[in-house]
Amino acid sequence: MAAESLIEIREVTKTYGQGETAVHALRGVSLRVEAGEYVAVMGSSGSGKSTLMNILGCLDVPSRGEYWLDGSDVARLSEDQQALVRGRKIGFIFQSFNLIPRTTALANVELPLTYAHLRRGERRKRANRALELVGLADRTGHRPNELSGGQQQRVAIARALATGPRILLADEPTGNLDAHSTAEVLGMFDDLHADGRTIIVITHEHDVAARARRLVQVSDGRIVSDEVTR
Amino acid sequence: MSPRDLMGAALRGLTANKLRSLLTVLGVSIGVGAVIVLVAVGNGSGKAVQDRLEAMGTNLLTVSTTGGGGGFVRGQAGPANQQYSLTLDDAAALADKNLAPDISSVAPVMTSSGTATNGDTSYTVNQVIGTTPAYLPATNTPVQIGRSFTQADVDTSQRVILLGQTAATELFTRPASAVGQTIKLGAVDFTVLGVLASKDSTGFNDPNATAIVPITTLRATQAGYGALNQIVVQAAGQDRVDTAQAEVTQLLTARHQVPADETSPFRITNSAQILQTSQDTAATFTALLATVAAISLVVGGIGVTNIMLVTVTERTREIGIRKALGARRRTILGQFLIEATLLSLIGGAVGVGAALIVTRFQLAGVHPVLVPSSIGLALGVSAAVGLFFGSMPAHRAAGLRPIDALRHE
Ligand SMILES: Nc1ncnc2c1ncn2[C@@H]1O[C@H](COP(=O)(O)OP(=O)(O)OP(=O)(O)O)[C@@H](O)[C@H]1O
Ligand SMILES: [Mg+2]
Repeated sequence: MAAESLIEIREVTKTYGQGETAVHALRGVSLRVEAGEYVAVMGSSGSGKSTLMNILGCLDVPSRGEYWLDGSDVARLSEDQQALVRGRKIGFIFQSFNLIPRTTALANVELPLTYAHLRRGERRKRANRALELVGLADRTGHRPNELSGGQQQRVAIARALATGPRILLADEPTGNLDAHSTAEVLGMFDDLHADGRTIIVITHEHDVAARARRLVQVSDGRIVSDEVTR
Repeated sequence: MSPRDLMGAALRGLTANKLRSLLTVLGVSIGVGAVIVLVAVGNGSGKAVQDRLEAMGTNLLTVSTTGGGGGFVRGQAGPANQQYSLTLDDAAALADKNLAPDISSVAPVMTSSGTATNGDTSYTVNQVIGTTPAYLPATNTPVQIGRSFTQADVDTSQRVILLGQTAATELFTRPASAVGQTIKLGAVDFTVLGVLASKDSTGFNDPNATAIVPITTLRATQAGYGALNQIVVQAAGQDRVDTAQAEVTQLLTARHQVPADETSPFRITNSAQILQTSQDTAATFTALLATVAAISLVVGGIGVTNIMLVTVTERTREIGIRKALGARRRTILGQFLIEATLLSLIGGAVGVGAALIVTRFQLAGVHPVLVPSSIGLALGVSAAVGLFFGSMPAHRAAGLRPIDALRHE
């Protein structure tokens, strides 16, 4: 198989509902992403970007088509194995942060490490380091409702990075942030890219997309353009 | 995830909404506490009845006559009335080991009432019992101070008397000082031989407001030579009460020539039967209370389910996040099951604690007696309730696809 690609999807479709009311969110998408690439995905609202990312992140399953991740057929993985893939290989960053409420920043960052069966001391250490990396060393004991939007997104990034995943999937990570926070987050992405991670970022903002090396344009469930920009 | 981490996650989940967790715990603890307390109350009341009946004397048959067969005007001393009167000879016949081998002792009883005086103090004794010494052990009436009278005292009609606690207190203030003194009963002098031990009341009458004298003395001085009021019969053993009762019936029927077609004019009360009946009643009562309590336990369980359902629904997004971060199905399941079980178990422990305190006090006139198995049962049921009722919402939560959980509002 095409073992050289980190991510490869072939003719993936996703249909919500059936019959008259069926919504075709993806109408046959094929895409290859190599390890270490920095890809931006753009497209109008409702074009299927989030649907694509959810499938890439093993959060959702395609209606049809194949998905090969790091050489293995995702459709053949059991529920638990998929959970393992999410925990070990993929880090998610969502537009709405998705931190666990009433739980400190440190505990939030520790969570994926807990699911990866790391020991307590090691978890602490790594979580603290990840928070330091995003510049929140002094906010480890704060709960999400005690943090600004930008800070929350940085906690989410720390959480996504804590396990050291090879792939970072970000769905409009700067959608809720001001220019300053956006610049900070993008700076972090640049560092991660330099570090050799694979980054796929969905965005509506051209200056965000401009930081990536490759731009994929989606329209009405299809990829309409795919070009290397830098 | 290690058990410790799971426990931590569950505890954090519970403390996230303290008031709600507290109310759920309260529901379970009321259920568990109610089971233990109500069973203890039922058990205690059964024990109380049993104790009282045992105080009356076990293996005891009390024979009395209903006053004669049909056809006679009440109160009129017809021939049949006399025919069926109990006599000292009846008592002697029942005491005959050859005629009634299952009877261990027999005491004829005649009662009257009279005013006892000690100098200036006088006291109306409701029940002056004339009997033989066998009466005391048979009816479980020990002498506390002094001594009982003997068969020789009966044979020679000695003017001796045993006073009940109340009678002794009324006449002498201090019961102990009564022994050896002389009192008047009616116009006759009696020497106080002893004071009876105090008895718990079994009915409306004060069982301590009595005096006991030899039956011959009572007949000679107070009551005359009429029929006996009762014959008290003690069976030779607990398992021989029924045969003893049959022997009594047979002997008396033969001695008084009761026609075969007539209902027996003799009434025999069987203390074992009364005990059995009241134990059955107590058991029914306990079962009833336990049922009521069990219902409240189930209601508590439904409370746990309800809270878990709400919790799971409310935290569906959180479940989605956890899954996105690599949580496996059984991790999610474990967390919620532990939460539900903790709620139930904490509730159970609080319920047991409260029940242990409450049952130290007298409730509705009953001293509750704990049934240890009810504690185990209530705790077990509450844990089972947590696991059973908690598993439904937990399964639902764990089975969600990550994206569906994340999209939940
Ligand atoms: N769970 C669902 N059930 C039914 N239809 C859905 C569901 N999720 C998405 N869709 C539909 O699929 C299409 C693609 O949705 P998607 O979320 O991928 O769009 P998007 O490109 O991310 O848009 P946006 O930029 O606004 O986030 C939309 O038309 C949407 O209505
Ligand atoms: Mg979207």
